Amino acid sequence: MQLKSMPVQTMAPRVEVPERRDTRVPSETPSTQPKVSVRDLDFFYGRTQALHAISVDIPERVVMAFIGPSGCGKSTFLRTLNRMNDVIPATRLSGKVMIDGHDIYAPGTDVVALRRKVGMVFQKSNPFPKSIFENVAYGLRINRITSSKSELAGRVEQALQDAALWNEVKDRLKTSALSLSGGQQQRLCIARALAIRPEILLMDEPASALDPIATSKIEELIFDLKKQYTIVIVTHNMQQAARVSDTTAFFLLGKLIEVNATEKMFTAPNEKLTEDYITGRFG
Amino acid sequence: MDLHRHLDDELSSLRDRVLLLGGEAELALERAMYALSERDSEVAREVLEHDDRVDHLEVEIDRQCIDIIALRQPAARDLRFVISVAKMAPVLERIADHACNIARAAIDLNNEPELKLAFDLGKMADHALIMLRAALDAFTSSDAQSAREIIKSDSAINDLYNHIFHRLIELMVTEPATATRDARLLFVAKHLERIGDYVTDICELTVYMAEAAFIKHTN
Repeated sequence: MQLKSMPVQTMAPRVEVPERRDTRVPSETPSTQPKVSVRDLDFFYGRTQALHAISVDIPERVVMAFIGPSGCGKSTFLRTLNRMNDVIPATRLSGKVMIDGHDIYAPGTDVVALRRKVGMVFQKSNPFPKSIFENVAYGLRINRITSSKSELAGRVEQALQDAALWNEVKDRLKTSALSLSGGQQQRLCIARALAIRPEILLMDEPASALDPIATSKIEELIFDLKKQYTIVIVTHNMQQAARVSDTTAFFLLGKLIEVNATEKMFTAPNEKLTEDYITGRFG
Repeated sequence: MDLHRHLDDELSSLRDRVLLLGGEAELALERAMYALSERDSEVAREVLEHDDRVDHLEVEIDRQCIDIIALRQPAARDLRFVISVAKMAPVLERIADHACNIARAAIDLNNEPELKLAFDLGKMADHALIMLRAALDAFTSSDAQSAREIIKSDSAINDLYNHIFHRLIELMVTEPATATRDARLLFVAKHLERIGDYVTDICELTVYMAEAAFIKHTN
């Protein structure tokens, strides 16, 4: 044995193992002030109270998912964030909804400006019976956001790229939006919402009518979009909430039962009601 | 609610299977130690023959866990239960493997003159068996508190092992003619000590299942 001639270090050099990192968190650090802050929000349809004392903070550039059984108030709550409920007669609301520190229900609030800032995508894609280009350009035109044709074309292209649709439609921008598949139509609606550069994107079951491949594209898109936008998504699909969101909120009978990090929510929720719902033992 | 009842049935069947595997591991250890103390090689061979059933059960549990995860997508306590079972099954299979190794040692030792020992290897085995039974009970009742107590009791097995280790080394030095048999017994003691460690793993999984707390490697 030539022990003396053996190198001192016979073990392989130590490999530094990086800390487990949540790949769903965007690389840029969001600000600590919540983008949306809701306090003691009650909402009524006539005499029926649909939301009870909801208080929640939504940080900037995260995806927050709302889950809960049908009729639990999650869509109603979503619509309070850009005052979409204003158009429903006999509704009233108390409490505060603050976006960037401003109460969006304060007298004098410019609701059109609010909805520019807080875009919305609905369950069923609803493209206008116009060309693909015109669908995306529509909001830019009516808001007179662009000053030249080239600027308009640039904004449309950017929105379509952000919605991961550009490569599929760039050669047929003048064809009818109605010729697109269901998944493409939904991404077109997302592009339409993105074109006016909102800061918050509300999504009300955006993939519930889509097949698994189209759903997967929407989910990938949500993942990419959160680098720039704060996204609030309502979904019936708990696996979807688990896949796309950073934070999950559980609603039941108009009450917010629990808000938690999505990992915690789906492995060890704090509330028994949440656990019963997530494990399918509700009722 | 039929779908949820279906999941409950599957989880219940999984629980039954893992408890069956635990029972098999417990029986294998008990019989291997009997074969050693009573010098009954026939029983030792039965333990070895029976190990195929243990292996088969482990594979069945693996498949069942994968099926439940893929098809039922369990969450929260159901997910923790399935993950705990999936990690517990190989641990129980390893305990049965250690019992087989003890059975093999018994067959070898039974072919040699009996060695009168001044220490009680049986006491160590009894302790391991009591720990294993208690760990399976704690798992069945999701009793994290009991699981934590069992983990603490592993130190008694380690103490017994250290004591036996030193006695056997002394014996090897003072009576070199018994060295081969001493070495076999040393392996038996090591197998029992490892079983204590595996029981600790089971208890850690029970704590995770019951409380979603990771206590492994936290001393």
